[in-house]
Amino acid sequence: MTQQTNVPKPIPVPSHESSFYWDKCKQQELWVRKCNECDRTYFYPRDLCPNCFSRNTEWIKCSGRGILHTFGIVARPPHRGWAEDVPYVVCMVDLEEGCRMPSNLVNVEIDLSNPGKSIWVGMDVQVVWDQRGDDMVIPMFSPS
Amino acid sequence: MPNISKSAAIVGVAESDEIGYLDNRKSSLQLQSEAVYNALEDAGLKKDDLDGIFAAGNTLGVAEHMGIRPRFTDGTAVGGSSFVIHAGHALAAIAAGYCEVALVTHGEAGYSRRFNPGRGATRDDSPGAQFETTYGIMGAPVNYSMACARYMHEFGEDRTRQAMAEVAVATRKWAALNPKALIHDPKAQIPLTMSFDDYHNSRWISWPFHLLDCCLVTDAAGAYIITTPERARDLKKPPVWILGAGEGHDHGIMSQMPSLTSLVARDTGPKAFEMAGVTHKDFDLAMIYDSFTYTVLLTLESLGFCGRGESADFVKDQKTAPGGSFPMNTSGGGLSYTHPGMYGMFLIIEAVRQLRGECGDRQIHDCKLTFCHGTGGELSSGGTVVLARD
Repeated sequence: MTQQTNVPKPIPVPSHESSFYWDKCKQQELWVRKCNECDRTYFYPRDLCPNCFSRNTEWIKCSGRGILHTFGIVARPPHRGWAEDVPYVVCMVDLEEGCRMPSNLVNVEIDLSNPGKSIWVGMDVQVVWDQRGDDMVIPMFSPS
Repeated sequence: MPNISKSAAIVGVAESDEIGYLDNRKSSLQLQSEAVYNALEDAGLKKDDLDGIFAAGNTLGVAEHMGIRPRFTDGTAVGGSSFVIHAGHALAAIAAGYCEVALVTHGEAGYSRRFNPGRGATRDDSPGAQFETTYGIMGAPVNYSMACARYMHEFGEDRTRQAMAEVAVATRKWAALNPKALIHDPKAQIPLTMSFDDYHNSRWISWPFHLLDCCLVTDAAGAYIITTPERARDLKKPPVWILGAGEGHDHGIMSQMPSLTSLVARDTGPKAFEMAGVTHKDFDLAMIYDSFTYTVLLTLESLGFCGRGESADFVKDQKTAPGGSFPMNTSGGGLSYTHPGMYGMFLIIEAVRQLRGECGDRQIHDCKLTFCHGTGGELSSGGTVVLARD
């Protein structure tokens, strides 16, 4: 097989429902949707509440704080864009505002023989920002 | 709602002529044509008898390739569980008179495709692309590993790890008894046996998954045929009755899974068992989609064979292996027999063969009642069917 290095990671393509989210990311702000009917926050952003299907929803700004709901440590890259990055940590974060989002956990020591030494479910995390491509900014999480 | 239990029977099953590593020699459509041909042969039916078709997407292409012009068509595509769910759909369609001889088919050149991905640049603005792929969260091993890590947190890492090893080792033992299992192909270079040390020492794919937690990726197709009770009784092989069916899904992409430690099997299992009029203790064989060792543990709990967090005790001491008290995945499963990308089809094939008594060295003694449970997508969908012989 041909050795292809430097394949870029995919750049997220905003949809109509998420463009506000990605625009705020460029200002290093994390915003999620909240339903004014059932009072719940949810992720990923969509106009109608996935819980009660109300249209009465709004954007709220998050603190950027959360706790690690779960994680995985990817050893075999599923895409060439991560060929140089393995092992890397994928995760889900329970945001202080009540919803859960997928992301990467960064700035942690990764020891596959004993991951629990540095990474554990329930650890406090804080949003950090990562440039992707020319003009996208991606929320990631770091131990806080 | 009327109970349509036993309104249809599976009368033919088969794989493609070859399954395994085929090095791009055969397309998925060719593989499926072989499987359909062989399943018709198994049933003693002709292609023109088929008047209903069930496939996961590309129903048009599949039917066209084989010159099938159905009067009932169903392209339900909810991942690898689809072909278990199709059995329930075919049961309903036949009971309602929409078709009389239903074909369920699936095939993929999954192994060959790995070396020919052919994916171009896309402008994918789907939620999965935006919010998961962006983070390198893609592919079943990565997705499922996060669910497994959560389970370990809730119920204990060491005991979960040991249970995963039990499943991997037990399943390999069954595969050793199935000549069609990939492990018998020297080219695959997969040992016929697996020790616990082999399991624990296998390389990491996505922690907490070792290589030996993950299913194979093969080229393979399968097919089965379902028909009315009247026709089923006149065919070559004894009918395998569909006694019950349940299906559902509760999310699409991984991060939307309501609970990472509970499957929709919690609903589909009880529904299928109730429709069939059977209980957990009645089964002679369990066929459970083993995309990963963890999938099996979670399925056993969600179906109610044990309580939440108790699957580690349930599978211990090789209980699911040959000679164990709870025979499971006697083909060798997705872990050690075959798995072309979506595997549910092959649960049904093995279940039917066991009920007919065709399984040689791995035959379960007097196998009368079994169930198949398929899980598809990112632990998203589930389908349960209960199957029995006369």
